[in-house]
Amino acid sequence: MLDVDNKTRVEMDWSGPERLQMNMGPQHPSAHGVFRAILGLQGETVVDVDAVIGYLHRCHEKLSETLTYAQYPSIASKTDYVAAMTSEFAYVLAAEEIGKFEVPKRAQYLRVIVAELQRIASHLLWLGTWCMDMGGALGGGATIFLYCIREREDILDLFESLVGARLLYGFFQVGGTRYDIPDGWAEQCRTTIDRIDSRVNEYEQMLEDNAFFLARTQGVGTVSRELAEDVGIAGPLLRGSGVNFDLRKNVPYSSYGDFDFTVPVETAGDCYARYKVRMAEFRQASTIVRQALDALPSGPISSRPALKSVAQIRIPKGEAYARVEGPRGEVGSYIVSDGSAKPYRMKWRGASFSNLAILPHIIPGHKVADVVAIMGSVDPVFGEVDR
Amino acid sequence: MPSWLLLLLVPFVVLNVVIGMVTYVTLLERKFAARMQSRIGPYRVGPHGLLQPIADALKLMMKEDIVPDAADRTVYNLAPIVFLIPCMLIFATIPFAPGLGVGDVNIGILFFLAVSAMEIVGLFMAGWGSNNKYALLSAMRAVNQIISYDLPFIFSALVPVLLAGSLKMGDIAAAQQGSLLKWFILYPVIGQLAFVMFIVSTLAAENRVPFDILEAESELVAGFRVEYSGMKFALIQLGEYAHMIGSSFLGALLFLGAWSGPGPEYLGPLWFLLKAMFVFLLVTWIRWSFVRIRVDQILALSWKALLPATLMLLISTAVVVVWRTGGF
Repeated sequence: MLDVDNKTRVEMDWSGPERLQMNMGPQHPSAHGVFRAILGLQGETVVDVDAVIGYLHRCHEKLSETLTYAQYPSIASKTDYVAAMTSEFAYVLAAEEIGKFEVPKRAQYLRVIVAELQRIASHLLWLGTWCMDMGGALGGGATIFLYCIREREDILDLFESLVGARLLYGFFQVGGTRYDIPDGWAEQCRTTIDRIDSRVNEYEQMLEDNAFFLARTQGVGTVSRELAEDVGIAGPLLRGSGVNFDLRKNVPYSSYGDFDFTVPVETAGDCYARYKVRMAEFRQASTIVRQALDALPSGPISSRPALKSVAQIRIPKGEAYARVEGPRGEVGSYIVSDGSAKPYRMKWRGASFSNLAILPHIIPGHKVADVVAIMGSVDPVFGEVDR
Repeated sequence: MPSWLLLLLVPFVVLNVVIGMVTYVTLLERKFAARMQSRIGPYRVGPHGLLQPIADALKLMMKEDIVPDAADRTVYNLAPIVFLIPCMLIFATIPFAPGLGVGDVNIGILFFLAVSAMEIVGLFMAGWGSNNKYALLSAMRAVNQIISYDLPFIFSALVPVLLAGSLKMGDIAAAQQGSLLKWFILYPVIGQLAFVMFIVSTLAAENRVPFDILEAESELVAGFRVEYSGMKFALIQLGEYAHMIGSSFLGALLFLGAWSGPGPEYLGPLWFLLKAMFVFLLVTWIRWSFVRIRVDQILALSWKALLPATLMLLISTAVVVVWRTGGF
């Protein structure tokens, strides 16, 4: 299926007088934001797909050149607004790498805790919206969606008592974190993840015992290992295709090496495999949170003095690329510093952007209904694709 | 009262009762779905949201009626009516109590099945007349699906007909009176199988999840009614729910003993209504817990599984009936 000369458009052998060009998006119930897929249809079968992105472009990289290292982490949240903590994480890691800043152990653990909670929240939203894509807003999909939103709400409550914000946090700062956990937060966090763990079991029962769900996901949108490596997808998609690669294990950052967890890998490469990987990641994320809460060291939360002015953080000349394993895959930030309080140049590597590149390779040949199932299993967030 | 007046009055009353029921059944479904999804549901309009359907209807009446420039105006405007009429006509032969109904004709079941299959004409007109790609795809799916599922629907509905030995709805209901065990759903093996198949094909004929590929709002936005607004949208909605209620009454009549129940005879219609609502909620329960299946899977399910199964069931029912009446 892989067409090396024409990577944007893979067409099936098809010749005939009529083909229906249908726009799916940018205004579409399952566009996951503002994605526009131009589908070429032969009857119900998709024979060609062209993806149009850029409807949500907000000049993030240029914006970061005008904001200081103290200001931008809060704005970095807005690249991937479903997993805001992850983008902040990548940004401060790159800045710390150039400046050779120490990060206290407590801050590192706090970062791990919020990053894993964010992974759970993001996967919950993915499960809900994906099932809604397949099951309809007026059907069983909406039921799963509302259950997932209920659980995500608990995590947002945790973030709210930690930071004060529910969607875009500004929790990270260069050299540590901006806030320490309040009293009783650890207990609240433990009960929340225990509850979510038990609820995830319920979702699995509801979905995996459901023949229609299996029929919609198994064997749909299969990504072979070769194709996955060739296109450069990351995260659960890559692990769903049998590649055991997780930055938290392979290139541990921020004390991830201290924790005992496994990286779930499935070999089938279809939507169901990606679902299985993410469901296993729910559990792995909660074990990491539990371990981090148990072993949370005392001490300062930042190696740098508290912020008094926005231009307080200055970083020497240099450049660095830092990457973290976000819920959707590798989120990377590349910073070129000229020694001032603002980056000279900043580049984002959005996981969703790279993952979307797989769509033209796997969609042709499927039915229209599968397009939304595949799209949902890729789990793109368009804030991160367009930035 | 002169008979011609009665002839006009009864259909008028039935029609209005059905429209009133449709309005409130939407509230029932929304409340039921809300409970399933750990929500409250409509609550603000009137006590416990009881006036919500009225508010919805008023809202739809006041909406602007938009006709797309590219639409085929005649077909587009006619489609909701063509869709609604068969959905309303199906109530014509249902007896709500012994002798209480518009016309309990001797081919009642046949009339019901034939008329309910005619809604496809309205659907296709809506899909074609809108001149919209989503609507067109949905119309294609509609023809596929409704033709595929009408056969199992008819075959499973014919099982009680064989058991009762009559196509007249009143006779089928009368055959199940007297004791709970006479209900056709409790007829050993055949009754339960037929009921399950009836529910599955009803779901498909009514375009409910998991078979709602016509509407499929995550793929086709709203399918055949994507371009409709205001009162025309309301008519389509009315037709859909009327069809659902009609099928629920049919299910209650064919399998659940219609108006048989404890208490005096005048409570019969109430029992019938309760059983119909039970069937309706059963369908709703399925709707709110399954994901939608794909068009090819729907067709495969119909032609490869449901149709042979209902056909076999019908034949075995015939054999059982002949054997029990000593026909061999």
